[in-house]
Amino acid sequence: MPSAELLKEAERQMTICNACRYCEGYCAVFPAMERRRLFTKGDLLYLANLCFDCRDCYYACQYAPPHEFAVNVPKLFAEMRADTYQDYSWPGIFSGLFKHNRRAAGLLTGAAIAIILLLVLTFQGPAVLFGVHVGEGSFYRVVPYLAMTVPFLIIALYGVAVLLLGSFRFWRDTCGGLADIVDFGALRRATQDAFGLSYLKGGGVGCNYPDAAFSQARRWFHHLVFYGFLLDFASTTIAAFYDHVLGWVAPYPLLSWPVVLGTLGGVGLLTGTSGLLYQKWLSDREPAQRRMLDMDVAFLMLLFLTSATGMLLLALRESPAMGTLLVLHLGMVAGVFLTAPYGKFAHVVYRYAALVRNSIEQART
Amino acid sequence: MTAEQTQTCDVLIVGGGNAALCAALTARRSGAKVMVVESAPQPFRGGNSRHTRDIRYMHARATEYVTGPYSEEEFWDDLVRVTGSETNERLARLVIRESADLGEWTSANGVRWQPPLRGTLHLTRTNLFMLGGGKAMVNAYYDTARKLGIPVAYETEACELKVRDGEFLSAIVRRGAETREISAKSVVIAAGGFEANVPWLKEYWGEAAENFLIRGTQYNQGRMLKELLEHGAKPVGDPRGCHAVAIDARGPKFDGGIVTRLDCVPFGIVVDRSAKRFYDEGEDFWPKRYAIWGGLVARQPDQIAYCVVDSKTISHFMPSVYPAIEARSVAELASRLGLEPAALVATVEQFNRSVRPGLFDPANLDSCRTQGLDPPKSHWALPIDTPPFYGYPLRPGITFTYLGVTVNERGQVVMQDDRPAKNIFAAGEVMAGNILRRGYLAGFGLTIGFVFGRIAGREAARHALG
Repeated sequence: MPSAELLKEAERQMTICNACRYCEGYCAVFPAMERRRLFTKGDLLYLANLCFDCRDCYYACQYAPPHEFAVNVPKLFAEMRADTYQDYSWPGIFSGLFKHNRRAAGLLTGAAIAIILLLVLTFQGPAVLFGVHVGEGSFYRVVPYLAMTVPFLIIALYGVAVLLLGSFRFWRDTCGGLADIVDFGALRRATQDAFGLSYLKGGGVGCNYPDAAFSQARRWFHHLVFYGFLLDFASTTIAAFYDHVLGWVAPYPLLSWPVVLGTLGGVGLLTGTSGLLYQKWLSDREPAQRRMLDMDVAFLMLLFLTSATGMLLLALRESPAMGTLLVLHLGMVAGVFLTAPYGKFAHVVYRYAALVRNSIEQART
Repeated sequence: MTAEQTQTCDVLIVGGGNAALCAALTARRSGAKVMVVESAPQPFRGGNSRHTRDIRYMHARATEYVTGPYSEEEFWDDLVRVTGSETNERLARLVIRESADLGEWTSANGVRWQPPLRGTLHLTRTNLFMLGGGKAMVNAYYDTARKLGIPVAYETEACELKVRDGEFLSAIVRRGAETREISAKSVVIAAGGFEANVPWLKEYWGEAAENFLIRGTQYNQGRMLKELLEHGAKPVGDPRGCHAVAIDARGPKFDGGIVTRLDCVPFGIVVDRSAKRFYDEGEDFWPKRYAIWGGLVARQPDQIAYCVVDSKTISHFMPSVYPAIEARSVAELASRLGLEPAALVATVEQFNRSVRPGLFDPANLDSCRTQGLDPPKSHWALPIDTPPFYGYPLRPGITFTYLGVTVNERGQVVMQDDRPAKNIFAAGEVMAGNILRRGYLAGFGLTIGFVFGRIAGREAARHALG
């Protein structure tokens, strides 16, 4: 849980903000804050997860450091979100993964690649790994079908379970009854907010990101990542449908749905993740929080490398490099899946929960 | 004072708030080579503008950002009401008329506005609210100035003006230990009033000024105002006059801004350090009365007062930055506040006995009042009888001073002989006294700064470029 000290600091800053309210036009956090006079731990965690780190309030704040009130909401809330992702993950023994997230993600992914490589070399041998395979089922000649699908399905289901468990616990601690979630109007509005990234619009002016200048770039890069990810997800789902239902075995032709969607998604992910990484590199460290930045970079790097190896695999699938690239790509995907509940990916569920809560509250007032 | 080096430009702008930047941007767009000297470091730039929220302007119809029209006549009537006609009608009407394109001009210079929301209170028809508040507006101006190539020297205080026969020659500016001279063809003084200069305030208020809190920046020392007056500028406004509200006594000495304000007064009683009431807390709506409470508290012993409310009314006003001091009984509250318990209990009991039954209504001048009490409480008088009881200590918080220099319609500073100085212009708080000698209209100080900033910038550039 966030330390008593951090909660006290959050309460202090929110009390200042609530007596000022100049930032209410930027995002959902400040109107949500105005609905309260006192701030419980649950309120503060909810507000922290409603913050999209656009930083407009930081540069507009007459009380930002070096003012003695030292109001720095983006930094404060980033720290509380980092605590949220860690505290609501499960089991507790894995919470160490959040402490040095980049290192943890690197080690996990490296281990996944090493294990897959070792298994391929042991069971298939170097001739298969470095050979040229073309036509139907060529990928499965390197990594057999069941060896590819079953472990990934297990890891994915595990990740989903951990995140769902975390989000339910988060909902209970911040927002109250589980029955409240069954509010279709609120779910629809929250989904619109999430898909449109409404709160990275900064009331129309965009984010102060990477610096004090207003820009919509971060929102667009995030859209590229998010929709790129969804396109890749769609590509995989269609491929699974082709394979299991229609009996069409991969790889698919260049002009098939899985390849077209996968390619578009890959391009979106590559552009979006590089854009966001570049912005992070340039970004002002004053309103940033080290652990959160570490998580951001880990997740973005993983997504970038996964897409890069995926695209290379597509380009070189008929060359002797295919086997190695497949191993690398599968290792990266495993890294994404394994770290999903223990890194920045987790923001998806906590932010969504906060957005749902926000739209329930908005409808009430 | 000897200068180590000399710089030149066409138009020198002294100051770094709304008026100064409006002048700088206008002069630069007129083709002049402009320099800005701002005494504050960059994070504190912008003078009192960094604490503002909204700006009043004349407009014919509702827009995305204001809920209805605000005509010249209505604007003028509002001004007459608050100043009791103590204004210069020619200059006041000039400000009102020239505010008409404020929305477009500021937007074109990067300032962003916010649609009416909850926190914008009762001003959504007449005033534009900055998205993010005054510092965001100031940031936008500086960003535009940077794009136009206007150099800004921060932490650089103008100390001296060299003036000969009513003509400005140069300014001596200081940055740390380094002194330099900037000569310019014209100068715009937009460096604010003297509200942060406690020794100067003491000339009028005596030792009491030591207990005043300064709501805005500590950089408003009034040095340029004093320089102009010493060079023979004709003063305007009451030197003792200042806009003062009662704010939380626990606030910082400088720069507390909006968050230390307290809106509790109409919902309770206010007592001095001997636990006696001294003024009608329910005289009128708070927005119409809050600006007299600074002066009222300033005239009490030790410049301190205490507002006492109970749990019936605590949630009727905006939360403030420091928590209320809470107690289970009035006597306990008195000792927490450092007051004589018996005295406060007596005051509260006497007040409670005088309260007539009525219908409590914070949105109207309601029928809850006292009878046979001196001073009375005319509205919103409810007995203070429901624990927990809450108290807030109050001090005078100075927003700005009214003393200024006289200007003409071209923004030129008028000298004692009633002749305008050729190339000395003034804008903002330093000349607002021409129009606003007492009272206050929310967001009107910025209007004056905006209009006279543009006029001064334009005229200063015209003079400089011949």
